[in-house]
Amino acid sequence: MSKILENQKITEDFYLMKVEQDNDASMGQFYMLRAWDKYPLLSRPISVYDADEKTVSFLYKVVGQGTEIFKELKSGDEITLDGPHGNGFPDATGKIALVGGGVGVAPLYLTAKKLKEAHPEATVDMFLGFSGEAMLVDAYEAAADSVTVNVGGFVTDDIDPTKYDVIMTCGPEIMMKVLYKKCVSVGATAPLYVSMENRMACGIGACLVCTCKTANGNKRACKDGPVMLGSEVFGNE
Amino acid sequence: MSKRLETVFAGVTFKNPVALASGTCGFGKEFNEYFDIQKLGGLCSKGLTLHARGGNDGIRVWETPSGIMNSVGLENPGVQHFIECDLDRMNSLDLVNIVNLGGHSMEDYLQAVEILNDYKLDILELNISCPNVKAGGMNFGVKTEMAREVVREIRKACKHKLVIKLSPNAEDIVSLAKACEEEGADGVSLTNTFLAMAIDLKKKKPVFENTYAGLSGPAIKPISLRMVHQVAHAVSIPVMGLGGISTWQDAIEFIMAGATVIQIGTASFMNPRLAVDVIDGMERYLEENGIENLSEIRGIL
Ligand SMILES: Cc1cc2nc3c(=O)[nH]c(=O)nc-3n(C[C@H](O)[C@H](O)[C@H](O)COP(=O)(O)OP(=O)(O)OC[C@H]3O[C@@H](n4cnc5c(N)ncnc54)[C@H](O)[C@@H]3O)c2cc1C
Ligand SMILES: Cc1cc2nc3c(=O)[nH]c(=O)nc-3n(C[C@H](O)[C@H](O)[C@H](O)COP(=O)(O)O)c2cc1C
Ligand code: FES
Repeated sequence: MSKILENQKITEDFYLMKVEQDNDASMGQFYMLRAWDKYPLLSRPISVYDADEKTVSFLYKVVGQGTEIFKELKSGDEITLDGPHGNGFPDATGKIALVGGGVGVAPLYLTAKKLKEAHPEATVDMFLGFSGEAMLVDAYEAAADSVTVNVGGFVTDDIDPTKYDVIMTCGPEIMMKVLYKKCVSVGATAPLYVSMENRMACGIGACLVCTCKTANGNKRACKDGPVMLGSEVFGNE
Repeated sequence: MSKRLETVFAGVTFKNPVALASGTCGFGKEFNEYFDIQKLGGLCSKGLTLHARGGNDGIRVWETPSGIMNSVGLENPGVQHFIECDLDRMNSLDLVNIVNLGGHSMEDYLQAVEILNDYKLDILELNISCPNVKAGGMNFGVKTEMAREVVREIRKACKHKLVIKLSPNAEDIVSLAKACEEEGADGVSLTNTFLAMAIDLKKKKPVFENTYAGLSGPAIKPISLRMVHQVAHAVSIPVMGLGGISTWQDAIEFIMAGATVIQIGTASFMNPRLAVDVIDGMERYLEENGIENLSEIRGIL
């Protein structure tokens, strides 16, 4: 059990929860969260929004039973964190684009921060798409070299993939697919890394309910992912 | 640990009667990062088939009140790959190595059984909750006579201890279990998942590509317990009981209903260390009640 330090409302549906937890989480990894005993039965996978050695933060959207429970938690309450799980985004340098849609912006904050820390010479441009209200733009601006915000439109329209050495994205599958198609159609050479959001049960690679059928064979989103190459996920279609 | 939990199932000794159920624990590697899986009495492999299978498309898991539905579709690397990559490791563990086998035709089952005959393993658990492609997709585990035929052929071919894993969707699970016994099975395990359905209201479509999926978890426990009770009274071969076990009390209930060994599946998703808690809880219960061995309370109801 870990202690909740903060659980703050950010916008109508979004909350930011900071939890006391020794960790070595890296960008793009996730935890399985549980703030109840038996039911709902499954723990909920949530990406690491931010982390230092002693704390982990999660940016989550309230969509159903589990996240409704999360949003009621107060500082001092306890929560079970299991993780960090998954491979996370790869290290990269040069000209980097991070493209997020909706709650998919969550893992990109730590990603921008870590990439800039490791490679001060790299440039990190962020493209964030929201259907409703934009959020945490100040935080993202502090982490990246530039932030382009799109509210209500298609964030994939804002980016010129040919300008980058590597592109990483997280968001609705349809958005990531459109971005992949755009990269192909404009002849971008940058590898595109996508973070998959499949429904999970065990979260550790044992049950195969989160399988992605890729061009390189079946991959477990929780263990072999969630980050995969766009070409292996969408290349067959 | 005392010998209170030691159990003999069809001549195979389990140091305790708790195994992880097929399909919920892979081949044991991942759970070993949470606890020493050698604390378990047994481990059932992911359901294997003769050839590798990619499994089903679309959503594969859906939560229900106190349960889940799954539609994995027997994704697995195939028997040969299992033998090359996982069998030795599973055999080297201090636990009963239960290899689970599925199939979609009699020929598939038989070929896989022949291949496995050449290798060491402790128990072959035959999953008959699979559609028979040669009988219009009718599940092997529904009609007693179809199940009887599979068990008869496989018994003739199989050199290993053979446990038949029964489907709760059987038309008459008691007569089906009796048929397994008559055809020479060494034991039965039950239950597999219950055929179930969920509908996506927004899309006005079934959630699962296959329309139906298998329900498991605490939601099914009372029904699985009743079936274990009925079957254990009707056959003299030993029974492995499972279906929704999520506490040590549940495990003891299955033993009282007549199960020799119990398996834990879905509940490991609530807590990956649950099986160890169940083992510890059972041990404590026996100690506190002055019971020297689980056999004193097995099948007392
Ligand atoms: C690797 C990964 C990282 C994620 N990171 C974040 C994040 O940082 N912030 C955030 O808000 N959300 C994130 N999600 C989505 C988040 O897991 C779901 O929104 C959440 O599980 C919904 O739970 P609920 O009980 O509120 O909804 P319910 O609809 O009641 O959940 C029912 C079941 O469906 C599952 N489920 C529902 N929606 C999703 C979904 N979109 N993806 C996966 N499973 C789902 C739940 O886990 C649960 O098992 C992530 C998902 C994955 C797989
Ligand atoms: C994700 C998942 C995968 C499963 N795969 C298999 C399988 O490959 N072979 C099999 O015989 N049973 C399989 N089962 C069924 C379980 O082994 C068990 O019989 C069933 O889930 C009931 O037990 P439980 O309620 O404790 O989970 C699977 C169950 C789940 C939840
Ligand atoms: S959630 Fe179980 S294998 Fe990925």
